[in-house]
Amino acid sequence: MNHSSSAVELKNVVKKFDEVTAVDDIDLTIGDGEFFSLLGPSGCGKTTTLRMIAGLELPTAGSVLIHGEEMGLKPPNKRPVNTVFQNYALFPHMTVAGNIEFGLQMQKVPKEERSELIEWAINLVEMDGLSHRKPTQLSGGQQQRVALARALVNRPEVLLLDEPLGALDLKLRQQMQIELKNLQREVGITFIYVTHDQEEAVTMSDRIGVMHEGKLLQIGTPEDIYERPTTRFVADFIGRSNFLEATVASENEVVLSNGDRLQLQSDHETGESVAITVRPERLTIHKKRENSTNQHQIDGVVDSVVYLGNAIVYSIAIDWMKLEVRSSETSNSRYSIGDEVTVSFDPSYVSVVSG
Amino acid sequence: MNKGAALSTAEPKGASRWALRMHSLLIYVFFYAPIVVLVVYSFNDAQLVGDWRGFSLGWYEAFLDNDNIQESIWISVKVCIASTVISVVLGTMAALSLERFRWWGQKAFDAVLYLPIIIPDVTMAVMMLAFFNETSQLLNLIPGVDLSAGLEKLVFSHVAFNISFVSVVVRARLANLDATMEEAASDLYANRWQTFRRVTLPQIMPGIIGGALLAITLSLDDVVVSSFVASVGGTPISVYVFGLARKGVTPLINAVSVVMLSASMLLILASLGFQRATQFAREEK
Amino acid sequence: MKKVSPPGLEKQAIKAKARQGFFIGLPSIAYLLIFFIIPLGYVIAYSFATRSRSGRTELRDWNVDAYIRLGEDVVQAVAWRSLWIAVLTTVICLLLAYPLAFFISTRRPVIRNLLLVGIMIPFWSNFLIRTYAWRVLLSSDGLFTKVVEGLGLGDGRILFTRPAVILGLVYGYLPFMVLPLYASIDRINWSLVEGARDLYASGWKAFRRIVWPLSRPGVVAGSILVFVPSFGAYVTPAILGGNKESLMGSYIVDQFMDARNGPLGSSLSVLVLGVMLIGTMIYFRQGGRNL
Repeated sequence: MNHSSSAVELKNVVKKFDEVTAVDDIDLTIGDGEFFSLLGPSGCGKTTTLRMIAGLELPTAGSVLIHGEEMGLKPPNKRPVNTVFQNYALFPHMTVAGNIEFGLQMQKVPKEERSELIEWAINLVEMDGLSHRKPTQLSGGQQQRVALARALVNRPEVLLLDEPLGALDLKLRQQMQIELKNLQREVGITFIYVTHDQEEAVTMSDRIGVMHEGKLLQIGTPEDIYERPTTRFVADFIGRSNFLEATVASENEVVLSNGDRLQLQSDHETGESVAITVRPERLTIHKKRENSTNQHQIDGVVDSVVYLGNAIVYSIAIDWMKLEVRSSETSNSRYSIGDEVTVSFDPSYVSVVSG
Repeated sequence: MNKGAALSTAEPKGASRWALRMHSLLIYVFFYAPIVVLVVYSFNDAQLVGDWRGFSLGWYEAFLDNDNIQESIWISVKVCIASTVISVVLGTMAALSLERFRWWGQKAFDAVLYLPIIIPDVTMAVMMLAFFNETSQLLNLIPGVDLSAGLEKLVFSHVAFNISFVSVVVRARLANLDATMEEAASDLYANRWQTFRRVTLPQIMPGIIGGALLAITLSLDDVVVSSFVASVGGTPISVYVFGLARKGVTPLINAVSVVMLSASMLLILASLGFQRATQFAREEK
Repeated sequence: MKKVSPPGLEKQAIKAKARQGFFIGLPSIAYLLIFFIIPLGYVIAYSFATRSRSGRTELRDWNVDAYIRLGEDVVQAVAWRSLWIAVLTTVICLLLAYPLAFFISTRRPVIRNLLLVGIMIPFWSNFLIRTYAWRVLLSSDGLFTKVVEGLGLGDGRILFTRPAVILGLVYGYLPFMVLPLYASIDRINWSLVEGARDLYASGWKAFRRIVWPLSRPGVVAGSILVFVPSFGAYVTPAILGGNKESLMGSYIVDQFMDARNGPLGSSLSVLVLGVMLIGTMIYFRQGGRNL
């Protein structure tokens, strides 16, 4: 990525709390205007990473650059970023307008300009008419919007969001996801979004970085991450997956445990035991030995059937394990328990990960 | 679990239930009867306390005419204001330092800060006496300090125990204040002082006011330490009343006592009202 | 080339913040050092100092005479008497406060708050005046005396006796017992008691096995809050005991005011301080910090 167009760069960033390593040697470049998500389970170091960009924590080693400028010891108030905190951290003794005005006052923005900006921000998050309320008089969703407005009114170069939707119920969360994405397009500010919710990350992000135990495992577009996971953790964390044990035979061939050979590119060493991952919806189910060219086939027996309304999930027992198959065909050709079937998949939807 | 239903089994049945109620009632009588009697007798139109000769405000007039008492009250008020202001400032800073920072020697400071709270009055009084005996000449060298009048000695020793009480109360409040609020302020371009001034201070104000009320009460109530350090002619009202009270009961002391009790009540009402207000604000969340 | 900021930046920042914290605490550290720690040092020094003929305490010829004198019969009598009175006061307070705290915590919230305010008012009221009020009641023609004698309960003139002192101490420190007891009893989960009553089927057993152990932190906290000031009490014995029997607090004061024996007064103060420190250590060991 071009240096001048990068909003945030992390170089070899390490953060230790006493002897515990929270963030383990992260390298990351986030582009200008990008919606980037840091995704991972709780305790994976994603929030710590965000806090280091904000300046609320300092890295134990490595450096944080914002628009190419080394941040070093700069305190949060000297950094061109703003944060939407997980619990919003609204000031309870100030009104909505007071909260939004705070950052502008601190930056000594002239009064007339301040009121214009406040109005703009309140409009942006559709909170008109509520500007004289105290935060305690607002619902969770409204508090969320105020927290957003309070950060965005400063027109930061980068907006950091720490699980901002975590406290909201599912419906509101889905609505806010769409609004957030639209908002980001509208204001054109780089968003760095921390979440443990894979669906949220996939819905909103331009790119996702998946973190686990302080390490950044994979960076890529939602499609990259979903269709071509490079590690077992990523495949497992994002959506459901089948893992078939295999051994690397050569640079472009792996052998499944039943002896079947698959033409697959991998950078693993010959003889290494690996797993191949296939998403349940990338598996198709046929009557036994029904023709389907170009695809790899494995025979099995239907073990269970779960009807989900918009899909049917089958569990197919093959020789050495069970496969999960998700079929969107819900009316025609349903199979029942005990049916002998063939499961097939297109090798281009298969990834090789370490065993 | 419905607490109401569970409580009904906690409360004993039958006779013991009534015994419990009677017992509680009697304790409240025990708490308030002496105070009521004191107030009533202060309006007695008699030289002797025991016999009731009808209602009179005479003893309050005598109280207003008594220059010694007026002087003592004035000293108490001055000492109280000065010691409260100093201990609130120092105590709040101590609370901030202990609750929001980590530094070497902090644990020792924390422990020392608890001592003035638990140390018996008499020990504290002896400490201050010995200290001023040995150092008053040295302290008098400080410009503006003249220990001979005794006022400074009273202020110095009241602050010594009040810092701790204020810091405990403020610290409790600080501990309940979400630290991300302060992080949010600094994220919104406020420097450390602005963060304190605009975000932390307004929110710990209830704690600071609570601490101040406690400091005022303790300063006005103190007898033992004050009687050790007060100079002749510079006795605060509590020491003055103590001196009279150990000699005997007079209707004049009754009147003074009721005035002092009223001051206590006013402070209690202020702090209770204050607690209610903050509690109410919290419940609104 | 990767530009890596030198390690130690984080440490530098932590150090800077620690320094800032220390400087914010510094005024009170300095104050307590000068007006608390140094005075404490003087008392300890006094306890090893020499008393001159004129009664001045002179910081020379260090000796342990004042501590040896703690073994004298007169001093021993005062110490044991104070201990006994403090223990008695504590036990009476506990017996009176426990049922009350239990009663308060089983009330409806509105009543409960009112009852608590009823305890808070004496807790915050001027201690001297509250003690003085008893002197008014107990005086020879006071209401207490008349009521006791009117009911035929014998001689009601108890002013300047040991019962009067204990009465005054109980009156003064009872709120200190009720409040921590209430705090610990109120935290008990009553469904446990209900469960226990199913198992043991007797209210008394449920109390002994469940309620009492769970309320113990409150019992310990309250007992120490009553015992420590009772042991060093000065105002109550002076007003209600007429200083007929010397107690620890008044005996120490006498050493400075009348007997002019600074070293003995100081060694006694150190003794009281020791009792207080032991009490506090028990308190913290019982997890009393939560109260």
